[in-house]
Amino acid sequence: MAARLYIPGDSAACSVGADEVAAAIAAEAAARGISLTIVRNGSRGMFFLEPLVEIATPEGRIAYGPVTPADVKGLFDAGFLEGGPHPLGHGLTEEIPYLKNQERLTFARCGVIDPLSLDDFIAHGGYAGLQKALTLAPADVVAEVTASGLRGRGGAGFPTGIKWKTVLDAVSDQKYVCCNADEGDSGTFADRMLMEGDPYALIEGMTIAGMATGATKGFIYIRSEYPDAIRVMKQAIAMAEASGWLGGDIQGSGRSFDLAVRTGAGAYICGEETAMLESLEGRRGTVRPKPPIPALEGLFGKPTVINNVLSFAAVPTILERGAKFYADFGTGRSRGTLPFQLAGNIKRGGLVEKAFGVTLAELVYDFGGGTASGRPARAVQMGGPLGAYLPVSLFTLQQDYETFAENSAMVGHGGLVLFDDSVDMLEQARFAMEFCAIESCGKCTPCRIGSTRGVEVIDRIAAGIDRERNLNVLADLCETMTDGSLCAMGGLTPMPVMSALRHFPEDFEPRQTLDAAE
Amino acid sequence: MEVARRNASGMHPAERRLDEDALAKIDAITERHHNQPDALIEIYHEVQDAFGYIPEGALPRIARALNISRAEARGVFTFYHDFRAEPAGRHVVKICRAESCQAMGCRSLEAYAKQRLGIGLGETTSDGEITLEAVYCLGNCALSPAVMIDGRLYGKVDPDRFDALVENVKRRAAS
Repeated sequence: MAARLYIPGDSAACSVGADEVAAAIAAEAAARGISLTIVRNGSRGMFFLEPLVEIATPEGRIAYGPVTPADVKGLFDAGFLEGGPHPLGHGLTEEIPYLKNQERLTFARCGVIDPLSLDDFIAHGGYAGLQKALTLAPADVVAEVTASGLRGRGGAGFPTGIKWKTVLDAVSDQKYVCCNADEGDSGTFADRMLMEGDPYALIEGMTIAGMATGATKGFIYIRSEYPDAIRVMKQAIAMAEASGWLGGDIQGSGRSFDLAVRTGAGAYICGEETAMLESLEGRRGTVRPKPPIPALEGLFGKPTVINNVLSFAAVPTILERGAKFYADFGTGRSRGTLPFQLAGNIKRGGLVEKAFGVTLAELVYDFGGGTASGRPARAVQMGGPLGAYLPVSLFTLQQDYETFAENSAMVGHGGLVLFDDSVDMLEQARFAMEFCAIESCGKCTPCRIGSTRGVEVIDRIAAGIDRERNLNVLADLCETMTDGSLCAMGGLTPMPVMSALRHFPEDFEPRQTLDAAE
Repeated sequence: MEVARRNASGMHPAERRLDEDALAKIDAITERHHNQPDALIEIYHEVQDAFGYIPEGALPRIARALNISRAEARGVFTFYHDFRAEPAGRHVVKICRAESCQAMGCRSLEAYAKQRLGIGLGETTSDGEITLEAVYCLGNCALSPAVMIDGRLYGKVDPDRFDALVENVKRRAAS
């Protein structure tokens, strides 16, 4: 029997040479007259080991990585196709501590299956949640999601069940389900990984949302920076349609749900739900005032479920295994798991799905192994560009929505960017304002003007001009942006700025003084 | 005068600067989307794929097909960073400037790239080979700093790797 290998086709794995490694292995096998099957799976999320090559053996998959084309000949010589020992070998993939110590629900299949194989998906539990949903009344599906305690994984943390109930109870000739896959936050890549590695999981979750709320049409809004995710999702939708899992009569149930991909065009603000709706309608991605909430007047003015990729992808597990199973993970009012993303200056970057309650320190040190540079860690930015910068003294914080909110921070989409002690926190605060100025939609004044003024004020502080007065201006400006902005872009930009100032005041001393002291 | 001329032919002066072929291409794209205004962004993507940029004359043409005002068509065109009014170089190099890549030295990589190519962000080398652009997150944050070249993602890019990648795309184009 031909050996079976798994080499990720995930764009991040390919960004460090997975395609070249797959080609080198195929060529070497051909030269040696060995026949083998190479499956291009998604990534397991251990990006520090990519390109990760796995060999299927009777005992399970054996992992080798990070593999370069230059290693290939040696791997063959070491008998890696039978799981032979090699310096790049890690033994059984499932036993690697980074993976073994996770609680993978949403990402259980990612990196395991052939992403576009429906047979593989179903053999690994796919569509069991939808099958269950098709036997239930819509209100019962919503009740199950509500009971699970699932909250919006895009960052806002709004209870998913309540949102769905609002759409279910709305009376309309047409309702929609929209997936926000405009994953623009730096430090996040879970949406991309899931769409590339387990696309049917998202399709299944969105279809369940349709069944639960009476929506018959869905859109996935994917940012243009993710060409591979767009390609994979489009292929998966076409294959689900061809197999009767999408379309007019899903698996003979008489229920219908259609799905289409829409491509963004490089605007961070379109990750804000109402700006995304504007963009989906073919307009400038400017924010809509709320109310009306999208659940009542959303896409084309119709009741619309809007959730993030990870929220939808969590739902099949909840339906399949029950609300209680899901809610048994987590802590307080943060139930279930969150796929954390370890990024930035970190030794072992990757995706770590854990129940809420895990601490920052466990993520940064136990999983992440500290900084990549080997220098002391100084700060973490948690929750994307609008999240707080936290010092090492707060790495004891446990991950849940309430704990972070109490500390003027947020969990957000679960992205965590680590910085070593070479970071200049004033520069990071300035960048937060600069980014807001570049990406503001311009609809409201605090965000549009405040961000530009913010850059100027921080520059004055750096130059030591009227320091005390300008610090007051900055605080005042941040307060205005927080209270007066229409959406989270302007409303949360003060979070990284003020947290940098609060936790790292020494970096806001005048620059000339620092120079003079050196 | 201009109004009279447009009415006579039904065409905006900017449209007339496009040849028959180009106009037919644009019409085929809007028709494929059933002239639906909500498809405007998809239409712009396809026009840009076909021409390498969005020609000035495409805007009034698309506006009329979709039954939206020229102001709306222009407003959408200018809002999104992806759409360009001029052709890019043969290769587009996007450097991530966001936080995760900052933590791994993208500020110095950006400075190196500018100096090496002799251009700023948003500019094209004089030989028309490379356009350098900023991007804010490519979703490769565990392998920062990240760069995208012609739609392909690269991770852990230091100055040496940057040079190799740029030389590579140039060679690919030459061969």
